[in-house]
Amino acid sequence: MNHWLTILTLVPFLGGIIVAGLGAERKKLVRGLALAFSLVALGGALCMWLHFDAKSGELQFVEKFDWVKSLGIQYFLGVDGLGLLIVMLTAIVTPLAILASWSVDDRPHVYHALILWLQAGLFGTFTALNFFHWFLFWELGLIPAFFLIKLWGGPKRGPAATQFFIYTMVGSVTLLLSFLAIRLATGSFDFIELAKMAKTGELTAKLGDVLGWKSHIGMIVFFGAFLGFAVKVPVIPFHTWLPAAYAEAPSPVTMLLTGVMSKMGVYGFLRILLPIFPDQIRQVLTPLLWLAVATIVLSACAAFAQRDLKRMLAYSSINHLGYCLLALFAAASVATGVTASDLQKAAALDGALLQMFNHGLTASALFLFVALLERRTGGLRGLDDFGGIRKVVPVFTGLMGIALFSSLGLPGLNGFVGEFLIFKGVFPLVPWAAAVSTIGLLVTAIFLLTLIQRVFCGPLNERWAQLPDLTTAERFLVLPSIALMFVLGIWPQLVLGFTDATVMKLVQQLNF
Amino acid sequence: MLAWTIYISFIGVLVLMLLPRDNARAARIVALLTAIAGCVVAFVGAMQQSNPGEVTTIVKADWIPSIGAKYFLAADGISLVLVVLTGLAAIAGILFSWNIEKRTKEFFAFYLALIGAVYGVFLSFDVLLLFMFYELTIIPKYFLIARWGSTRKEYGAMKLAIYSFVGSHLVLIGLIAAWVVARSQLGHASLDLIELSQVSFPIAFQHWVFPLVFVGFAILAGMWPFHTWAPTGHVAAPTAGSMLLAGVVMKLGAYGCLRVAMLMFPEGVRMWQGEIACLAVAGIVYGAGVALVQRDFKFVIGYSSVSHMGFVLLGLATLNTIGLDGAVLQMFSHGIIAGLLFAVVGRMVYDRTHTRDFNDLETMQLGKQLPFAGVTFVIAGIASMGLPGFSGFIAELQVLMGAWTVFPKLTILSGVGILIGVAYTLRAVQKGFYSDAPPAPADHDHPLEPISLPERFGAVMLIAASLIIGLFPSLLMNWIEPCFTSPLSMFGRLLAKGVAQ
Amino acid sequence: MNPVNYLQILQLAAPETIVTLTVLVVLGADLTMLRGKSIATRFNVGALLSILGCASAAVFAFTRHVEFNLFNGLLVVSPQSDFVKVALLVLTIFTVLISTSGKFTDHVGEYLSLILLATIGLMFLVSTEDLLMIFIALELASLSLYILTAFNKRNAKSSEAALKYFLFGGMSAAFLLFGFSLLYGISGSTSLPEIARSLQGRGLDPLLLVAIVTTVIGFGFKVAAVPFHLWAPDAYEGAPTPSAVFIAAGSKVASFYVLAKIFTLGFVGAEGSAVWHGYVSGWMPVVAIVAALSMVLGNLTAIVQSSVKRLLAYSAIAHAGYMLLGVLSNTPVSASAMMFYVITYALTVIGAFGVVAVVEDVTGGDAIANFNGLSRRAPGLSLCLLVFLLSLGGIPPLAGFIGKFFLFSAAVGAEKNLGLLWLVILAIAMSAVSFYYYLRVLKAAYVLDAAADAPAIKVPSLSLFAIMLLAALVILLGCAPGLLMRFL
Repeated sequence: MNHWLTILTLVPFLGGIIVAGLGAERKKLVRGLALAFSLVALGGALCMWLHFDAKSGELQFVEKFDWVKSLGIQYFLGVDGLGLLIVMLTAIVTPLAILASWSVDDRPHVYHALILWLQAGLFGTFTALNFFHWFLFWELGLIPAFFLIKLWGGPKRGPAATQFFIYTMVGSVTLLLSFLAIRLATGSFDFIELAKMAKTGELTAKLGDVLGWKSHIGMIVFFGAFLGFAVKVPVIPFHTWLPAAYAEAPSPVTMLLTGVMSKMGVYGFLRILLPIFPDQIRQVLTPLLWLAVATIVLSACAAFAQRDLKRMLAYSSINHLGYCLLALFAAASVATGVTASDLQKAAALDGALLQMFNHGLTASALFLFVALLERRTGGLRGLDDFGGIRKVVPVFTGLMGIALFSSLGLPGLNGFVGEFLIFKGVFPLVPWAAAVSTIGLLVTAIFLLTLIQRVFCGPLNERWAQLPDLTTAERFLVLPSIALMFVLGIWPQLVLGFTDATVMKLVQQLNF
Repeated sequence: MLAWTIYISFIGVLVLMLLPRDNARAARIVALLTAIAGCVVAFVGAMQQSNPGEVTTIVKADWIPSIGAKYFLAADGISLVLVVLTGLAAIAGILFSWNIEKRTKEFFAFYLALIGAVYGVFLSFDVLLLFMFYELTIIPKYFLIARWGSTRKEYGAMKLAIYSFVGSHLVLIGLIAAWVVARSQLGHASLDLIELSQVSFPIAFQHWVFPLVFVGFAILAGMWPFHTWAPTGHVAAPTAGSMLLAGVVMKLGAYGCLRVAMLMFPEGVRMWQGEIACLAVAGIVYGAGVALVQRDFKFVIGYSSVSHMGFVLLGLATLNTIGLDGAVLQMFSHGIIAGLLFAVVGRMVYDRTHTRDFNDLETMQLGKQLPFAGVTFVIAGIASMGLPGFSGFIAELQVLMGAWTVFPKLTILSGVGILIGVAYTLRAVQKGFYSDAPPAPADHDHPLEPISLPERFGAVMLIAASLIIGLFPSLLMNWIEPCFTSPLSMFGRLLAKGVAQ
Repeated sequence: MNPVNYLQILQLAAPETIVTLTVLVVLGADLTMLRGKSIATRFNVGALLSILGCASAAVFAFTRHVEFNLFNGLLVVSPQSDFVKVALLVLTIFTVLISTSGKFTDHVGEYLSLILLATIGLMFLVSTEDLLMIFIALELASLSLYILTAFNKRNAKSSEAALKYFLFGGMSAAFLLFGFSLLYGISGSTSLPEIARSLQGRGLDPLLLVAIVTTVIGFGFKVAAVPFHLWAPDAYEGAPTPSAVFIAAGSKVASFYVLAKIFTLGFVGAEGSAVWHGYVSGWMPVVAIVAALSMVLGNLTAIVQSSVKRLLAYSAIAHAGYMLLGVLSNTPVSASAMMFYVITYALTVIGAFGVVAVVEDVTGGDAIANFNGLSRRAPGLSLCLLVFLLSLGGIPPLAGFIGKFFLFSAAVGAEKNLGLLWLVILAIAMSAVSFYYYLRVLKAAYVLDAAADAPAIKVPSLSLFAIMLLAALVILLGCAPGLLMRFL
């Protein structure tokens, strides 16, 4: 019996405990150890990647034990392509975040411990397959995030952290209540089992039998679960917590928030909502698609109106994840009369997965650049504070420019492939949605170019005449992300190879 | 074996009374040793129980044959859980009272007397004996609060004592009436709980006796709207007093509800099931809501206790195995968590800062000055919110599951209550420890004394208990469940007819 | 006419005779040998003699097992009445012990002999079933008690109390006599069983009703039930403590015994019913109303008292209400329960008054504020006070609680369909109220601190011994009530 996944989750958890115990004095040791633990986790994730059988869409590295038998709670871990992808993402972004936090001086032992615990929580969420166990990690991930924002954040960090916590908790409570209802009706907390039941329509029938309200109970339970994930993604109109949280959090923490935590919502849609509630999704498909489209377009417009770099990028995050949701909902539609609809759906889902990974990389890289910028300018990050700095920091401009263009979706960089696949898949399935979403693409292009223009081009702002360029250490810091952007832009098969089989299986499950 | 928990506590009281006055150190040590001995006996006795689903007799001797009273001590799984809770809470309370200097030996004498009586309630299977121990707890409670308490201690103590007394007298009326009716059915006078649980009381009789007895016990459990003694009393009490009051004594009321009221009058419960559930949820939401707007730190915790006990009562009202399981587990879980919360607020914060007003605490940057207290409160707050990993989650999960099938609308309301719980906990964490308010000028002449070793020990012990049960709930559920699911269960009549329509 | 066998009478009335002899001995000793000695010595010696006398009488009564009915109920000796006599004598012993520390009078010998005379009167009261004898014994006891109340010549309150007591007592004795004469007129006999026989099948005669009411008045006054209680607070407060003790304890025990006997033995057939929604004319409804009023008024008024003695007086009124409940239940079980309650109540109240006496001597007053900080100044004494007051409040595992439980369960079980439940509910509710004012006194003793210049309390050893013994008895009887119930 292998215990890869448990060990993978335990490594950062134990690391956090050790780091926290070191005390505030030994800053170098704290930082070094934290980095070491996160690198060990990365190594472990890579090992798993290598051992992963990409051909089969089945779950691998499975661990399954009874935990509380009478309540149907099992310790059930496993990864398929989707899970492994996100685990990889987490493993990559965390060391980067730790490196970006090198200059944190206030209680670094607590800070780094919290980051490691957050990583453990994330690993746990992405590998769990029994609701109780999954919910445990889902909730536990909130605590480090809350404190990271609350204690090291910007001037308005208090309200931002509280809002973040409460919003997510509201979603969690509705999620909990929905799954309790499901458990009562079906006697199971197991995601895989529930998916099978949903396929045969048993789930809705059982819900109706046990809880009454036959016509609506499925919808109500679905809505509860939907709310939980919608807050996390976030879907407009449940997004109001995000700009404040991203802006007030210290930038390395924002890297993690946008890079990985936001994926929790999409992961939840893919792993839980889609397989277990396909019927319900189909029933409200059009409103859901509208929500996705609104998310894409409105967030892009909102980004355009921002004056703070971090807020701008925050809204841009919402926008990028909106594409993932669009693909998801499209894949759930009953596409009659569409040729090779399976392939379209597969393409859409592939695109969604790829987009998740790419966005994780790109967004975290972008926030890293903002962090570097802040470090130089003493915390300034307004759109209008700069101007023409490419003359003084050419390397910085170049590298950040690459990241920005990747976010825009320039062909040749990784951002393009994901969005391309999504649109390729969605267009045949739900043409109108795809059409309206292209507005989002347009507006994104506009605001990103505006950003480049305002910050980098134009006359040099005399204030920044002495701005230092990237040091060697910093160049090495951003190098992996930039490299991956190119690599994945040219050879997306690196990722797609792993996700294909999983995606096909998912599509098959959705077809009935 | 388990009866020794009672005897050891009272022997401790005697030893304490014989100690010379003013020797605080000796008093503390004697008290601590007694509590540890009691806890060890509780654990060992619990492990020895081979079959928690059955009632295992410890002592059964004739006491007053003319009325059928026996000295009958016994335990089943539920008793074991609560006895273990008492043991842990007793030790923790003493550790957190290490700093009491004024008339220390009397403090601990009353404390141990209270503990001994509580053990007695949980182990009594004769109704008169149970009632005796139940009433016996009132006097030590009164003196602990009236003498060593803080805000409005005399008023709080008197209110608490009178409420408890009135509640227990409501129970007395019901018990006497039931005794008389049972006597004609059984043919002989009996106060044996097991015998009484077999008697079929007439339905019309149960219609009024059950609410009388249930409300009598529920007053002590903090059921809304009879809960008003709780926040005042908890705030007035010294730390160990609050820990015991909220942690253990409120559970006496809930235990009485289950073991006496619901056991003896199953049809009565069914008749009043809906009303109990409504009141329970009212307590959950009201307690949480009021906690949200409090200015006094301790009042927040006091009202949160009312809210959490609402879950216990909701679980009891579900009348299905899962809900009842959850109720008992929540009794244990809240006992530990409430103890922890009061320990932080009372001992770690108030004893040092002498203020519980958030407006003052905000300026003190306690998160930085007392990091251990801050972290402990965060963990306690997480557990109190019902976040997974801690005992509260499993307990509330079961209560909610049990309640879903029977009261779906009320369950959703309780969900709202949980959310308000998150809000007030966050608020307390922020305002109490990690506030962004401008700090008051630091008083370098009087720095806050660091958290002492007994406090750390007590905090770790309680956190560990909640965490262990949160991660391995089977440890306790293996004791609780058989009490309800075993075919010989004394609660058979209660669960037999299934869900009330 | 049967030749009267005086020897036989002497044998049957041996306990009373022994006590009478003791009276003479005490008086004589005080007048002759103890002349010129200090008051304390006189009290101690006198007490010793009295105790010896009472003890031997008690032993005599306890060990003989005789059943005899002399002259058609004039003198009835049975194990039960003997036990009550023993209880009375024990109470007298305790009273005498408490009185040894008294400084209120020079007339020690007279005082002690009056106590003993009152005891004799009470002993005769419990061993008769004849109306005349009841009246005579009652008067003997009452007259002694009036004088005992007035004994503190230095305190105006004492005389006032005694006068009130005397006037009330005289009037109620008149009522009682009137009632008795009516009974004689209706039935043609003064013997209770014969009265019962002749009343049977008669239905409720208006004259009988009057007789019932006047009897209730007469005895209601004696036990201080509402609305015949107005003398009690003043008497308890003004009388010297041992007298108050005796009124509260010994007199109550005997009075209730006789009350129960008269109603359950004599007025058979005229009970009526006090059941909820089932009112039937008779003595039960009357007694029920008196009981209810006593419970309510006694407890509610006690709440606002600031003098502990008056508080105890009002609580005595309330407790009389509870005891009347025992009479009302009219079953053998409830009779034993009532006697258990009365006896344990008497023991408790002696102890409570003893503590109050000590505190009053030292601090000069009996206000609740005088008890502040008692737990520090006299820990043993305040612990006993805790026991007594909690027992009065009905907290387990003390005798008061068990007594209440016996009484209430007997009352509820007495009528079918739990007819007397309403009265029991009232009793329990009022009992809850009483807890508050007892706790107030305990709060002063245990929670509040004494004034800084408060003198230390030195408790006279004899009193302390008596008080502690009483506290121990209260606890013992609470945990193992069977010890007492065996004899009832």
